[in-house]
Amino acid sequence: MTRPQFSDPALARKLLSAVEQVAGRVGPVKLMEVCGTHTMEIGRLGLRSLLPRTVELVSGPGCPVCVTPGSVIDAAVRLALDRGVAILTFGDMIRVPGNELSLEKAAAQGADVREVVSALQAVDLAEKDPERRFVFVAVGFETTVPVVARSVVLAAGKKLANLHFLVAHRLVPPALDALLADKALGIQAFLLPGHVSAVIGGAAYRRVAEAGVPGVITGFEALDILSGIHTALTLIADRTASVVNCYRRVVRPEGNPRAVALIRRVFQPVDAAWRGIGTIPGSGFELRPEFTMFDATGEYGLRVGADRMPEGCSCGSVLKGVIRPDRCPLFGSACTPQTPVGPCMVSSEGSCAAYYRYEVAR
Amino acid sequence: MTIERVELSHGSGDGNQRLLSEVVLPNLVPDRCGPLEDSAVVPSPGACLAFTTDSFVVQPLEFPGGDIGKLAACGTLNDLAVMGARPVLMSVALILEEGLDAGLLARVLRSLSAVCKASGVAIVCGDTKVVQHGKADGMFVTTAGIGVVPEGRSLSAANARPGDAVLVSGPIGCHGIAIMAQRANLGFASSVASDCAPIQGLTGALLEAVPGTKVMRDATRGGCAAVLNEIALDSGVTIRLRLADIPVGEGVTGACNYLGLDPLQVANEGTFVAVVPGSDAARALVALKAASGGSGAAIIGAVEAKGRFPVVAVTEIGGTRPVEMPLGRLLPRIC
Repeated sequence: MTRPQFSDPALARKLLSAVEQVAGRVGPVKLMEVCGTHTMEIGRLGLRSLLPRTVELVSGPGCPVCVTPGSVIDAAVRLALDRGVAILTFGDMIRVPGNELSLEKAAAQGADVREVVSALQAVDLAEKDPERRFVFVAVGFETTVPVVARSVVLAAGKKLANLHFLVAHRLVPPALDALLADKALGIQAFLLPGHVSAVIGGAAYRRVAEAGVPGVITGFEALDILSGIHTALTLIADRTASVVNCYRRVVRPEGNPRAVALIRRVFQPVDAAWRGIGTIPGSGFELRPEFTMFDATGEYGLRVGADRMPEGCSCGSVLKGVIRPDRCPLFGSACTPQTPVGPCMVSSEGSCAAYYRYEVAR
Repeated sequence: MTIERVELSHGSGDGNQRLLSEVVLPNLVPDRCGPLEDSAVVPSPGACLAFTTDSFVVQPLEFPGGDIGKLAACGTLNDLAVMGARPVLMSVALILEEGLDAGLLARVLRSLSAVCKASGVAIVCGDTKVVQHGKADGMFVTTAGIGVVPEGRSLSAANARPGDAVLVSGPIGCHGIAIMAQRANLGFASSVASDCAPIQGLTGALLEAVPGTKVMRDATRGGCAAVLNEIALDSGVTIRLRLADIPVGEGVTGACNYLGLDPLQVANEGTFVAVVPGSDAARALVALKAASGGSGAAIIGAVEAKGRFPVVAVTEIGGTRPVEMPLGRLLPRIC
């Protein structure tokens, strides 16, 4: 069901036995896969059922849906319900509960909520329907930012007055810095996101190595992930805190300079709140002054307020790898994928959702 | 959690199950018992009848591989076919939106009619309503069908037992991806055509070769994952799939990778799942492959005693994971 050259079963078995050998040398370890797509693939491949029990994989703050503050969703819900604005969003944001409602529940109350797979569709929709006002909910990491930046530039070129962006992008390196600054960090190595790295480049993780924690940039096929885990374990065993690029067919040290230049042309860094973690300096984006006419918060006088974390929710500790999802008092009882309470359970990429579905199977 | 308002997610998968169990069934048929099959099988003087109905909403109304008319015919005929029934009669009810192009209406009705004609089914009653512009998405179609079930035939989602084999009649996920590719303008997946087709020939060939076939389910909304979960739950067993054996076309695989979807959860409209005794699996496969439209059939797994999860899959690298009932409609991921 997947590209055979990167998921060859015989090679996978070889890599697994190599992983077992190194794992035997290092004892119990906790690796954090920072990227939500890694979490999904690890689950899809049933990798946890194959790894030695001493190797624990925990999901980091790399699920864009999980870390988007509930207050951003609340703002989108209010725009749609009270102001009659059409909300354009990536599909997996639709089900995520805000502090009040999810966009799905808002749609059931009459809100115009539309699913798009690219920000470029937002430009098309706004151009074709000039009478209607649209807001694109711009979430995601460095992977999605370039296309959103391109859409802002296009909207400016077309002088669209009916399209605005609710910008809630988050950046990976500042989040890693925040994790590394936490003395309670229980992570021995990071699996670093392949797609994000393709944009920002391997050099962006310099501070990870400086903090004494190994990191491995890797891709998303079975052999990519296995070789990433093997390399991470080897770095731990050798006590080498460097960042290794195992995804060289896609990731260059300098990343994608055109994409980075486009991002810098449209956005500038700003302190930003992460659901379950709190505010991280320089970890978000806002539109640069020459593009603020596309900012939904300015256009509609929105105040994206503080987030309320549900009582008893331990997502902050889970996202840092401090506790295992099943150590949260709400896990599996009040908080399940059908009735998510905290951000880690809301997306299928979240640590708690992945743990609920896959890890309990062992 | 009780349902306060109907949401789009209540249209398929786990959300649909909840809508049915919390709101629809207790109010509509409070005395109902037994599993929900694709058709009701009703004993009547002289013959056992299968009776089913389905409503069809799809955008675009015409898509690669079919249109809403063909879909409305196949959906109902296939629900009869998987109960082992020979379809005989059909009703067609149309809800049309003001402004609908009459040429398009004529085209989709001709394709509905063509499927019925080829299947030997008579359209014997119908209804047409027109609603204001904006009150319907072009057109909605509801069909109902009646078929005759041969004596002694008993297919049910509750029949699977440990030792049985699980088959699929062809490559999965084509319909859902064909529709999604049209809606999202996915150029690279535009070669994927819906599998929308009548399956009566295939189900007939299977039943003739393996009269002891236990379950057949039309893997429509929620895809194979939904029907396999239903079969496992209704039968009180676990189904173990081998992902490497599941036929998935290149276009569907590519689109699923891009959109973050599991082909097992994507809708089909002419592909069904069958459970046969393990000893008949090879014969079943030969029969399906020899029948028209069945060249892509495959044995995809086996039935085991009930375990922790209703459906599990052995992945291409030998890992094991649960195969979930889809939560609601499929939502493509961000990146």
